[in-house]
Amino acid sequence: MRPQDILMPVPAGLACKPGGFHIDPVRPVERALITHGHSDHARPGHGAVLATQETLDMMRLRYGEDFAGSTQAVAYGEEIRLGDVTVTFRPAGHVLGSAQIAVTCNDTRIVASGDYKDARDPTCAPFELIPCDVFISEATFGLPVFRHGDAAGEVKKLLASVKLFPERAHLVGAYSLGKAQRVMALLREAGYDAPIYLHGAMEKITYYYQERGIPLGELKPARGMKKADLAGTITLAPPSATSDVWTRRFPDPVTAFASGWMRVRARARQGGIELPLVISDHADWDGLTATIAATGAGEIWVTHGQEDALVHWCKTKGLSARPLDLVGYGDEDEGEAAATGDAESAGEAQPAGEAKA
Amino acid sequence: MNRFAQLLDRLAYEPGRNNKIKLLVAYFRETEDPDRGYALAALTGALSFKHAKPGLIRDLITERADPVLFGLSYDYVGDLSETVALMWPKAELPAHNNPPPPTLTDVVTTLRTLGKAELPAQLARWLDELDETGRWALLKLVTGAMRIGISARLAKTAAAALGDKDAHEIELMWPGLTPPFLDLFAWLEGRGNKPVNRDPAPFRPVMLAHAIEDADFANLDAADFSAEWKWDGIRVQAVAGRDEHGRIQARLYSRTGEDITGSFPDLVPSLRLPGAIDGELLVLRDGRVQTFNVLQQRLNRKIVSPKLIKEFPIHLRAYDLLGDGENDLRELPLIERRANLESFIAKLNDPRIDLSPVIPFASWDELAAARADPKSAGAGDDADAVEGVMLKRRDAPYLPGRPKGPWWKWKRDPHIIDAVLMYAQRGHGKRSSYYSDYTFGVWTRGDAGDELVPVGKAYFGFTDEELLQIDRFVRRNTTEKFGPVRHVVHEPDQGLVLEVAFEGLQRSPRHKSGVAMRFPRISRLRWDKPPREADRLETLERMLMTMTAS
Repeated sequence: MRPQDILMPVPAGLACKPGGFHIDPVRPVERALITHGHSDHARPGHGAVLATQETLDMMRLRYGEDFAGSTQAVAYGEEIRLGDVTVTFRPAGHVLGSAQIAVTCNDTRIVASGDYKDARDPTCAPFELIPCDVFISEATFGLPVFRHGDAAGEVKKLLASVKLFPERAHLVGAYSLGKAQRVMALLREAGYDAPIYLHGAMEKITYYYQERGIPLGELKPARGMKKADLAGTITLAPPSATSDVWTRRFPDPVTAFASGWMRVRARARQGGIELPLVISDHADWDGLTATIAATGAGEIWVTHGQEDALVHWCKTKGLSARPLDLVGYGDEDEGEAAATGDAESAGEAQPAGEAKA
Repeated sequence: MNRFAQLLDRLAYEPGRNNKIKLLVAYFRETEDPDRGYALAALTGALSFKHAKPGLIRDLITERADPVLFGLSYDYVGDLSETVALMWPKAELPAHNNPPPPTLTDVVTTLRTLGKAELPAQLARWLDELDETGRWALLKLVTGAMRIGISARLAKTAAAALGDKDAHEIELMWPGLTPPFLDLFAWLEGRGNKPVNRDPAPFRPVMLAHAIEDADFANLDAADFSAEWKWDGIRVQAVAGRDEHGRIQARLYSRTGEDITGSFPDLVPSLRLPGAIDGELLVLRDGRVQTFNVLQQRLNRKIVSPKLIKEFPIHLRAYDLLGDGENDLRELPLIERRANLESFIAKLNDPRIDLSPVIPFASWDELAAARADPKSAGAGDDADAVEGVMLKRRDAPYLPGRPKGPWWKWKRDPHIIDAVLMYAQRGHGKRSSYYSDYTFGVWTRGDAGDELVPVGKAYFGFTDEELLQIDRFVRRNTTEKFGPVRHVVHEPDQGLVLEVAFEGLQRSPRHKSGVAMRFPRISRLRWDKPPREADRLETLERMLMTMTAS
């Protein structure tokens, strides 16, 4: 069987005909396999959903109890037979509960890696390499200029700034699912033991991480705090909130942003960021190329991001590669406002029309 | 080098002046000699070595990296140094053989003596040894493109703050100092004597005036003051002195102490008497002072062509004398300095340097009349270049900084128009959550009837309370969003009228309206006025005609 007969892109997403399911479908389908909880990959309204327990919980938190007709939790490494194929979920190292999905049919194995990173992350299981014939890779940071470096070093930069400006508040824009908790965990690892403050949109998901046994130390809502009491503190907020009227409750805030995009100055400057922190939940260029090589796959399908450069690189290494036409997946840092709209209306007062600023 | 790079990186993103100073002071405190001294030199433009050309950087990267990947990356990043810094593939070195990254001192001292042919290989070695930010700073440094929003003055202010000293003191000794400034830092840290400036033509910190308010006059006696025209040029200090060989050295400084002699070589021969003149730099044609717009052609020029010198003849109008030969006059009262100045200028007897005349007046009313009509009050044909009057206490010594009381500036009323708010953009730093940059327009006849055409942009003049009001208005009346810019409703009966004050107008082909304003600011919010009653472009054009005709 040819790989494209096992998995092929259709308007609803990546379809597996012999298995009778879609992976991360962007439209409601009968049976969906979901790699992780980010809103562009995990959407409501499917008939049956197969995902890790954490991903199912996150979908429930965001969309409510009846986000799908039925759900089934799968453990990492568990083999499940669907139609003519076998599927296995393995850690993707992207966020808590994130998985790569290996689809095996006869002798051919395709790995849909969703979003992944090979860098260390104290808040989720580490990326696991799956040898395969075809590897589907994201390319969010698919240019050699993206090298994320050491996240601990970036957190050190943040702490140095807090020390230098004790009279100012530090606002760290970070995607509320995954990145924010990773920054908190890194702050704790660096020895920061003061309370960390949370924007309203962060609370639910962060408390969920704590319930799952990820230690994040003392957390407090920023809501209701006196302005002067926020001097010298660190607050995590969705990126859209750091340029919002919401920031006026903080004393002379230093605006930080934790994202792989912060590597490029123009990107940081456009966003009015004063303290860019290069911390990403996606593999950087070195991570993408090393992972692709290590899978042993002879064929690489490249999706969402800078496909051109990665496809070019694969070809120079003698690998067969092509961009995969999948639409509807974005970079979570940019899709933040839409993703957290529900939480924001519950948690923080926002003037009309501001959520997407 | 990596530490200096981190400083530059942080400074490049920090909009607040005081915060920049804080970052700099922390760097100077934590960094040892001579690295911090070379950093100060880099920030004040005091380093001299031959800069690398962008072509060299491009060659380096294409030798190391896939040209297709470089092309895609460069397209994305948009800046050559940054692209190369980010994607530089380090040479594979055995782990035990990794040399430590170069210090800033290594880089600066090596570049000073390095031959052109050796530069590429040396740069590649350094790029291998540094991290992303370090590579970026290195490439900015060697290409001489270190634009990070730091003035030399700010860097010196931060150095002064390290030792709790006044930046004026550093300015005074600066021309006598050389990188890496070991003696300066020793003094700042209380380990050494104050360095002396052996410069024969040093800068002296300038004295500045406060703007006078109507209410101030009640407490001031006209008899205590002398008045001069406030010229619309640039404030300079022209200093000449004899070096150890007895030769005259002349220098022209900006009000912040920046040496701008190189931009005005045509004035240097006139500075042949040892002394220090405080005055205004102007362009004079046929004995008449030209407007600031004309003078602007001579500012910030690296290369001064003979044509430029001929077309824009430079002139110094003197109003104070701070030093005469070896004598420091700054302790003397103004009237005595003025007498000295008059004889100094007479002795100099040079057509390029003249006296700024004193305005005779017996009462504030008389001075108000002179300010309202400089032409008949003595300024004559030069009246267009007068932007108000200066009041100086006759008994006041020359004090550096901006002491309150001895000097006042009393500007002419600015030009004012009513314009309509069209677009708003978020500010930076403290103002990043506020729409604080405003594009405003006036009415003109378009293809489909009257339409608004943008005539300028203003981001100050309003109070904090007014900023909140405009911000609220912008958020509630946005019609479209383009990135950080919002289109604000601007219809004949819907919109916000801003009273805009400005100092001058000039023709500008770059603006759709054809005119550009000098120093525009929001002077009042006209909530009471419907946009249809705002001014028309014809009004501005009429103002422009009267300004150029008179």
